[in-house]
Amino acid sequence: MSLLKRIPLFVLRLLALGATVSATAIMITSRDTADVLSMKFEAKFSNSPTFKYFVIVNAIASGYTLILLFFPAKSSCGHFILVLDLIIALLLDSSISACLAIGQVGKKGNSHAGWLPICGQVPKFCDHITGALISGFVAAIIYFLILLYSLHNLMNLFTISQD
Amino acid sequence: MASEGVDKLPEVGHEQVPVVRSKVVWLVPVLRLLAFFATLSATLVMALNKQTKTIVVATIGTVPIQATLTAKFQHTPAFVFFVIVNGNASLHNLLTLVVSFVCKKFDYKGLVPLTITVLDLMNVAFISGGVSAAAFMGQLGRDGNSHARWNKICDKFETYCNHGSGAIIASFIGLMLMTSISTISLVRLRNNYNRIVLNSSVGV
Repeated sequence: MSLLKRIPLFVLRLLALGATVSATAIMITSRDTADVLSMKFEAKFSNSPTFKYFVIVNAIASGYTLILLFFPAKSSCGHFILVLDLIIALLLDSSISACLAIGQVGKKGNSHAGWLPICGQVPKFCDHITGALISGFVAAIIYFLILLYSLHNLMNLFTISQD
Repeated sequence: MASEGVDKLPEVGHEQVPVVRSKVVWLVPVLRLLAFFATLSATLVMALNKQTKTIVVATIGTVPIQATLTAKFQHTPAFVFFVIVNGNASLHNLLTLVVSFVCKKFDYKGLVPLTITVLDLMNVAFISGGVSAAAFMGQLGRDGNSHARWNKICDKFETYCNHGSGAIIASFIGLMLMTSISTISLVRLRNNYNRIVLNSSVGV
């Protein structure tokens, strides 16, 4: 691939690396303690399997992006990389969707199930989760842009072939 | 060069381009039919997911006070999103199935197959979001979260939880089928693109 085509892809991957690394870091450092009725209870990201899944997926995505940044662009592996890109984009998408669902329950509660919202007691934890989610959103969007760009490069997908 | 029955290009010094009109034409429509059934069943099972239970809350004297609790899918936004996304995907599968039967020459060139492939990718992304949100919500309902003092609800509403799990499994199967449909369509588009590039380079 010519240099002109490789530069936007490199920039996009760099942005995606930044977004996934920051999402992982923000989620890992989310922690807050609350004193409720003289009982200390602590909210960490590891309390919920959903947030652990989010951290794992973003860590995998950042490692993958880091490896691909230093990968020479050979067109023989181009299609394999495309499939891997699709898989990572779908994983990122699913992680933010799951965290949104659980975060919504944490913020608003679920009166039908008798689940009280916890964001009133641990506001710093909730803010960290929100920040990590925003970073995860940005990472997913950038990965979909990378996917569209690679598709267009590899098979000229967005020009209408008249034949 | 007139189009023959089996499109094989002459040697141009590069690799041989594989045949364009693949012999397994029925593969994608069959996968789409299966994906349509999977997403449709996920939508219907989750949309009709409802369980009512009467439990005794307190006893005043000898009269037990009963409360009727209902578990519906609308109570959880994650399940609402799940139903919407799966309905959307089953509608998309049905329409593309109809299109692929009506258009006799579905040749993976032009605007229509491109739109269908892009819509396929979008629906795959939506379904992956919906199914993971519903799966983690179901896990929360099944196990509860002791740190947040959220009790589990699946021991009281077993049918609701079982129906929900069935719908999520069906949607996972639909997700895998739709991902393979997208991959096959992308591979066929690439083959077509290679054929066009080689044709124009040979100067046919």
